[in-house]
Amino acid sequence: MSEAVLTDTGNEVVADFSADKQTFQVPWGKAMMWFFLLSDTFIFGCFLTSYMTVRMSARDAWPVPSEVFALSFGGEPIPLILIAIMTFILISSSGTMAMAVNMGYRGERNKAFWLMLATAGFGAMFVSMQAFEWTKLIVDDGVRLWSNPMGASQFGSTFFMITGFHGLHVSVGVIYLIVVARRVRSGFYDRTRGNYEMVEIAGLYWHFVDLVWVFIFAFFYLW
Amino acid sequence: MAYVAIADRDHEIEHHDPTTFITKYVWSQDHKVIAIQYGVTAMFVGLIALCLSAMMRLQLGFPNSFSFITPADYYQFITMHGMIMVIFLLTALFLGGFGNYLIPLMIGSRDMVFPYMNMLSFWVYLVSVIVLLASFFVPGGPTGAGWTLYPPQAILPGTPGTDWGIILMLVSLALFIVAFTMGGLNYVTTILQARTRGMTLMRMPLSLWGIFMATILGLLAFPALFVSAVMMTLDKVAGTSFFMPAIMSMGENLSHEGGSPILFQHLFWFFGHPEVYIVALPAFGLVSDLLSTHARKNIFGYRMMVWAIIAIGGLSFIVWAHHMYVSGMNPYFGFFFATTTLIIAVPTAIKVYNWVLTLWQGNIRLTVPMLFAIGFIFTFTHGGLTGIFLGNVVVDLPLSDTYFVVAHFHMVMGVSPIMVVFGSIYHWYPKITGRMFNETLGKWHFWLTFLGTYAIYLPMHYLGFLGVPRRYFAMGDTEFMPESAFVLNQGITISALFVGLVQLLFLYNIIVSLKKGKPAGPNPWNATTLEWQTPDTPPKHGNWGDELPVVHRWAYDYSVPGYHDDFIPQNVPADATPATSEHGSDT
Repeated sequence: MSEAVLTDTGNEVVADFSADKQTFQVPWGKAMMWFFLLSDTFIFGCFLTSYMTVRMSARDAWPVPSEVFALSFGGEPIPLILIAIMTFILISSSGTMAMAVNMGYRGERNKAFWLMLATAGFGAMFVSMQAFEWTKLIVDDGVRLWSNPMGASQFGSTFFMITGFHGLHVSVGVIYLIVVARRVRSGFYDRTRGNYEMVEIAGLYWHFVDLVWVFIFAFFYLW
Repeated sequence: MAYVAIADRDHEIEHHDPTTFITKYVWSQDHKVIAIQYGVTAMFVGLIALCLSAMMRLQLGFPNSFSFITPADYYQFITMHGMIMVIFLLTALFLGGFGNYLIPLMIGSRDMVFPYMNMLSFWVYLVSVIVLLASFFVPGGPTGAGWTLYPPQAILPGTPGTDWGIILMLVSLALFIVAFTMGGLNYVTTILQARTRGMTLMRMPLSLWGIFMATILGLLAFPALFVSAVMMTLDKVAGTSFFMPAIMSMGENLSHEGGSPILFQHLFWFFGHPEVYIVALPAFGLVSDLLSTHARKNIFGYRMMVWAIIAIGGLSFIVWAHHMYVSGMNPYFGFFFATTTLIIAVPTAIKVYNWVLTLWQGNIRLTVPMLFAIGFIFTFTHGGLTGIFLGNVVVDLPLSDTYFVVAHFHMVMGVSPIMVVFGSIYHWYPKITGRMFNETLGKWHFWLTFLGTYAIYLPMHYLGFLGVPRRYFAMGDTEFMPESAFVLNQGITISALFVGLVQLLFLYNIIVSLKKGKPAGPNPWNATTLEWQTPDTPPKHGNWGDELPVVHRWAYDYSVPGYHDDFIPQNVPADATPATSEHGSDT
């Protein structure tokens, strides 16, 4: 750092905000992604707050998560088994994503490409298992967006709406990752000024989607 | 890893100018063209909303005289008037219009940081407007639920437009939010990351501070509207019960059960109150620059003005339930929200005092923009004071849902921002078009509009005290309403129609002056900010020719003693000017 005088963090923040030209020493795309994620946080925040409100205002019984989200193996129901696997997969995908960002900055294009593809693969697995979970709820248990044979209709409404909105985010993320991964492999970022920041920006989005899942998991499956 | 700012590598970048008519004026990525596209579309829908208000006033002033206005029509007019004015006119015009035009020019950049996304923002906005207007032509017409769209009535039969109107309204809002998000991310990132050399945040004109903070509010508040629009669409289309309690409609039990109507009100006002400031903060910013420029004096308390904008922005997220004192929410909430509401009056009052003190002993030039700016101080103070009445629970309860509320919010977020819109259009018209508008017509426009709006809204306060309820199609024979209320209603209607017609002066002026106006020159108001220092007027694609400007001082060096002009543009070097300029030489 050229400004060796500014050693403690407080002063650095002040220096950034009183600087001319740019406030954050990051490319535009990264700054924009942060603001977008902040805005998206408010969307998920509103969804989850609404979920808590209608869960409390609902008059009929709420299904017991450990029963409704259980899978039977050999006649023995195992609570939350599917969702445990799904969560494990999604969290693992954050790991491969972080490694891809690292490889991108090191210029190891091939490794970055395969790690991003692995991340996208984990994401696709997550969405497929979500589709399986939805199918079980809809076909076997008869839960609908507007009704729920086990009690409060809001269970189906909030569950399909919020996990659906999150699943949409994951699906968009898978496509986004594949697009960026192809550009990494083709050397697109060596020819443009974008460098490998684009991998990190895609990573920001991916980690955000994972983080949101932790909250959805806690509120829907553990409450 | 440090990242080199755009201002330091401008010379390395090749600039491509658009060549065809289509890329220049239709699918344009130039922020100035997009700004004009936004502005013209917003004013067009605003005119529709103005016509709707004229129809409403005809019915209220002369009930039972117009057979073509049915009660259902009346509610549809109210709803569309409110929604168009607040969102599709004011939000779009301040942020999409003025934001787009002024941000790159005022910070000294060549364009927004993501021009393609900026272009998409406008076209999605246009689609949202078309979807909204399409609801006039579907079976059942547009929704008549009131602009707040409160469920359960918004989606149940009995309210006009429950077949298609409400769905189109919700879809249109969702599209608008997508459009706004694409534009808003651009505005925030551009202001933070693409300033020119020397342009620090604390040297930015207050216009940009207002637009910046309003955009942040939009990015954080529109999500609540988006979520409530999604849930209400599901309630309507898929039969879910997010907002719908067990309910009987037309003698039948509906299948809805267990939802929370108050939840919608909370979500709506969590968006709705910041929305007030999304409209007000850009107006605050723009009017500060107008007052300072035309009073030839620096803005009083610049730092305090910036911090007031930030404080208002933060506080605006914790006052929303003052719209809900009569909703049936827990009464203890009223105490909290009344307190925060009164606290937000403090930074707002600081701003009003600073505007007045900017005028104090200034060399005031009563140009058309200045007249509108001073008019704003009147109407805003007026609307702000009635806001203190309504912010207190015990005073709000009797006044709630009366014409007092109508008068309050029209003064504070209808008339006041529109005053700034007119003032700002007149102020920047010479830069946008290169020509001067007709000053005489402009002054007529101001005086007739300013006095006319008082003729409309002052009597409404009295009607509110009498207890005349808002949103009623006709008052009929009611004991508590004296004859004077009906006479006043007629007077209000005549004033409203008159003020509506006066706006033709404005349209005539800005359209005819495009061709016939006198050439304005680059800087007709002798203003200091960067947009007046462009090499071309109107600015060409890329704004700055070969070299980006370098900023050496804040935006308010007016009447600096010892300098040969009464203004020092921001890009004049510090050593060319007297040392008395306290903000100029601090680099």
